[in-house]
Amino acid sequence: MSITRRDFLKVSGMGAASALIAGCAGMGASGAKPKVVVVGAGYGGATCAKYLRKWGPHIEVTLIEPNDKFVSCPRSNLVIGGLRNMDYLTHGYDNLPKHGIRMVKDTVVAIDPGKRTVTTKGGTTLGYDRLVLAPGIDVRTDTVKGFQEAEAAGKVVHAWKAGAQTALLRKQLEAMPDGGVFVIGIPGTPYRCPPGPYERISLVANYFKQAKPKSKIIVLDSNADIVSKKPLFTWAWNSFYPGMIDYRGSSAATGVDGSRMVVSTEFDDIKADVMNVVPRQRAGELCALAGVRNDSTGNWCAVDFISFESTAVPFVHIIGDSVAAALPKSGHMATNQAKICAAAIVELLAGRKPEAAPVIANTCYSDTSATTGGHVANVYRYNAEKKTYVDPGGGGATPQGDELNHTYAESWAQNIWAEVLS
Amino acid sequence: MHKMLILAAASAALLGANAFAVERGELLASTCLSCHGPDGHSTKVQGAVPSLAGLEKGYLVKSLQEFKAGTRASSVMKRLASGYTDEEYALMADYLSKLK
Repeated sequence: MSITRRDFLKVSGMGAASALIAGCAGMGASGAKPKVVVVGAGYGGATCAKYLRKWGPHIEVTLIEPNDKFVSCPRSNLVIGGLRNMDYLTHGYDNLPKHGIRMVKDTVVAIDPGKRTVTTKGGTTLGYDRLVLAPGIDVRTDTVKGFQEAEAAGKVVHAWKAGAQTALLRKQLEAMPDGGVFVIGIPGTPYRCPPGPYERISLVANYFKQAKPKSKIIVLDSNADIVSKKPLFTWAWNSFYPGMIDYRGSSAATGVDGSRMVVSTEFDDIKADVMNVVPRQRAGELCALAGVRNDSTGNWCAVDFISFESTAVPFVHIIGDSVAAALPKSGHMATNQAKICAAAIVELLAGRKPEAAPVIANTCYSDTSATTGGHVANVYRYNAEKKTYVDPGGGGATPQGDELNHTYAESWAQNIWAEVLS
Repeated sequence: MHKMLILAAASAALLGANAFAVERGELLASTCLSCHGPDGHSTKVQGAVPSLAGLEKGYLVKSLQEFKAGTRASSVMKRLASGYTDEEYALMADYLSKLK
């Protein structure tokens, strides 16, 4: 291929020129292997590390994660409802090193976007050409009065990150007497897993119906109405649990009192036997460390949706729940964002432009009883004019649950866990 | 010499504009694997989401078209197939059909 300098100037423009600069930076001065550091080994981070190695076998990938095991938040409502145990949600990271991923069990305490380094609590400093942050959510327990004291005393949980609180909530429900009151508080949107609270209500109701039929569930929703899969949950609550669920829209839980076992709204104090208040959320603290929690609310991270690179800090990418987007904050979405991000990083490190028209899909199942479930499924296509993902239509949610979706939900879980971790 | 380097870099950039490390079909199809399993291999759960690896390309394209049209019954697939074009079906199906 022959090319004149004039042709080069004519066709390259700023885009190619800046891609070249990025490419040179990615290769490092000595021509060493490009380095990508991924922080957080949940659905997004683990998938991103795996696909970076699959699509860029020359890339050195380090995955930093403080926890020993992956505990799935999707399906954790089945544990709370007594249909599964914690072992079902818990998976090892043993397979990830087989892909050539360097796993580091540590916590990131500092990020220097100028020098392009991250430093861990254990004292390690790692350089990067590209950094991927996948920290999930930061639950704002400070925004509900009395929450932190009651949480420390074991009297209230959010259980919005799967783990010890998931198990504790299950124990509290088991210990609750028949005729007791379970109060659940739902934050305003955007929050992790939009249908999650309503699935939890369904599966706790399923447990009460079997084991404690005189019990009640009071739902304090900050939102005016059920925000996801409303026909599905309305169908389930009317069909299976009539009279058990007292749903109150526009009723934010503003405070909790662990000693009196009371959840407060602006208007009411509600006596509870088990309190599960989910405070509002923002992008994980790591994002603040990197200076990328920069959307108009200061809560989430604005990104270029072709590469998931921060709009605030170059060479830093954010995926999953922390991203500011009109996309559902789900594990499935994080997994698919991770693939778009990984492919884009491979191209950027090679000095090329990433795929210009990415398409991603979200599929999310919710169980509504021990034998029924439903789903929501949508495709999102990148729109170059709007610079964001646009739903082309044709997607949506099941109006009622059935056994088939319940079976698919289990199959989905097994397959996505394998996709992320095997 | 300096000029030569610029030209070499320019050629690489121009070639790069059309050559991805990850082809569009593979990138599109990677989304499918979050439900259908790693490399298109679904785990063995009764009544499970089917494996896609190695299925015939024409069968995959026809299935997606039928899901979209509603002439073949489906759970999530009508909703998902509706978001893609025939051209994208062919790219994805080509990639999935080659998975071992």
